[in-house]
Amino acid sequence: MAVVETYAGYGPIQAQRFSPYADNGGSIVAIAGEDFAVIGSDTRLTVGYAINTREQNKLFRLSDKTVLGSCGCWCDVLTLTRVLNARMMMYNHEHQKVMGTQAVAQLLSTMLYYKRFFPYYVSNILAGLDENGKGAVYHYDPVGHYERNYYYAGGASSALLQPFLDNQVGLKNMENVTKEIISLEKAVAVVKDAFISAAEREIHTGDAIMINIIDKNGIREEKFALRKD
Amino acid sequence: MASVLCPDFAPPGFSFENHQRNAFLVKKGFPAPKATKTGTTIVGAVFRDGVVLGADTRATEDTIVATKNCQKIHYMAPNMYCCGAGTAADTEFTTASISSQLELHRLNTGRVVPVVTANMMLRQMLFRYQGHIGAALILGGVDNSGPHLYQIYPHGSSDDLPYCTMGSGSLGAMAVFESRWKPNMSEEEAKLLVRDAVAAGVFNDLASGNNIDLCVLRKGTVDLLRPYEVANVKGQRINTYKYKKGTTVVLKQKVVPIVVEDEVVRKVPGPDGEESMDTS
Amino acid sequence: MSIMEYNGGCVLAMMGKDCVGIATDLRFGVQGMTVAYNYEKVFDVGPQLYIGLPGLATDTETVLQRLKLRVNLYELKEGRKLQPAVLTSMVANMLYERRFGPYFVEPVIAGWDSKKNKPYLSTMDLIGCITETDEFALAGTCSEQMYGMSEALWQPDLNADELFESISQAMMNAFDRDAVSGMGAIVHIIEKDKVTTRKIKTRMD
Repeated sequence: MAVVETYAGYGPIQAQRFSPYADNGGSIVAIAGEDFAVIGSDTRLTVGYAINTREQNKLFRLSDKTVLGSCGCWCDVLTLTRVLNARMMMYNHEHQKVMGTQAVAQLLSTMLYYKRFFPYYVSNILAGLDENGKGAVYHYDPVGHYERNYYYAGGASSALLQPFLDNQVGLKNMENVTKEIISLEKAVAVVKDAFISAAEREIHTGDAIMINIIDKNGIREEKFALRKD
Repeated sequence: MASVLCPDFAPPGFSFENHQRNAFLVKKGFPAPKATKTGTTIVGAVFRDGVVLGADTRATEDTIVATKNCQKIHYMAPNMYCCGAGTAADTEFTTASISSQLELHRLNTGRVVPVVTANMMLRQMLFRYQGHIGAALILGGVDNSGPHLYQIYPHGSSDDLPYCTMGSGSLGAMAVFESRWKPNMSEEEAKLLVRDAVAAGVFNDLASGNNIDLCVLRKGTVDLLRPYEVANVKGQRINTYKYKKGTTVVLKQKVVPIVVEDEVVRKVPGPDGEESMDTS
Repeated sequence: MSIMEYNGGCVLAMMGKDCVGIATDLRFGVQGMTVAYNYEKVFDVGPQLYIGLPGLATDTETVLQRLKLRVNLYELKEGRKLQPAVLTSMVANMLYERRFGPYFVEPVIAGWDSKKNKPYLSTMDLIGCITETDEFALAGTCSEQMYGMSEALWQPDLNADELFESISQAMMNAFDRDAVSGMGAIVHIIEKDKVTTRKIKTRMD
């Protein structure tokens, strides 16, 4: 509690060094299926114990087949996505075709590593359809390491979300279950339930989630309310 | 005489036996872990015939909600309650300790304990510990001289105020009070105002949340309304996550049955027919 | 690194219908290095009363021994077994006494309240701030992961078998995402007339 901290402090007051980074919270979950990908993120933007806005979409449509979920330091998110969009447009003009999901994934990694010694303070998860129409999820560390997977959780409440996905999507630690690829209905339900749980216990997560469902017909958007406190 | 078989009673008060070790660990690069904070919105307001106290019910450990429905309005005496913000254990134990002293005081004097007495005891205790006991309190009560409300800081200073707020959500709550509090409000008006003040903290401060508790203190009567309002309900899950039997592999199993072979209940009647207290 | 993560380990407890379960992982490590995988952090204090003490291992054992002394003195003096709520107060007072030089343990207490004839569950922080609950309680290095799992898996009125599955799955999946917990687990399910202790199969890495 802030008031107490001020009163309990002793000794000379140190000058605060400027910090170029802010943590604006936010969490992302993505699940890839056979011919679809689902990506969801909460819509609360925070700083410290305060809420900046309750309706900030953190999902960026890069093309009809690719959506980027990005959170962390929000100014870095804005810059990163703006430059990424520009790079994709340049690719489009140069090659007369829309960049595929795998190519975007590689480009994003390169862009992050380009700032290796002053990184974008951002958790990225990229979801979309690959060139065969299969669902793909890529997740990144802030300096460009990336990996393709079937499901991933990132951001402020990733620790709360990830084990639940391991269990329900990855079917980890379960005996007597048939290992099958997740259906769209179950994937959407798991994303919602994961966020309901996270909103209960992680103070930066809440208000609502925005879900994008990517399949061969394009991108569908869905909004789902969470608790507001 | 102390011996191995019959050790001395530990002296009262805090024990510092681990302090040197813990300070050594800090020096080695293992900082002391954080205790649960209430991360709170607590408020109080005086109305025509008494005092209304209000609090949220969330306790946090950094960014994680440790408790969703904790009681931050603590009992002090039959005519007094106290809201606590700051280090959760400190508010809990400080109010409990003073509460027991107040009860002894009441038994000694045989009259309603004045709220100012509790205020003074809390301040003196907190001042003695120089702010290291991280309890920020709002003390409310009604005694023979009418309703009283005190705001007590962790270092032991206090204010006598008609309305006050504390905790991380205090700014939002104070904004509500500053715009709407007025003297001689009715009980219903006061309850609504206090509810709105706590709600401002619950919704705008991330460290405050979950339910809203109220406590209305009038001359002779007290209502602890817990919860007064469930400000947020948990989201309805879409699936249920029950597992079939045998999902988890069991390597070894041991069942210990609890068999009660014999049970004897002996009631010891005390002087007034009640169970006697062990005073040894 | 926090001293609470020095040895690693976690405890998770959940309430069911007329039953309560408490689970512990089995790893004992020194920072990244695993030293043993038979180190239980849940101990019985009575036939139907268990306490989990995850945290710094030296304090786990010190607190347990000091607690056993107090429990024995209580039972000798009072001539009866102590109820879970009494144990909770006893531990909380012991920890708060050391407010300015704490033991680095976060206790979880699960047991059968034979007076009220219903299960009991509580937890507290390292300086003894009690939380009594009828849902779930947890502590340890992978607490965030366990919160995420428990919040999704727990529901009211689970029977003893369902409770065992829920606790096991919640704990296993949680500590698989934590480097300093895991290496096997033991689950105790406490019911009115029996206590079932199971060792479960988990990843050993």
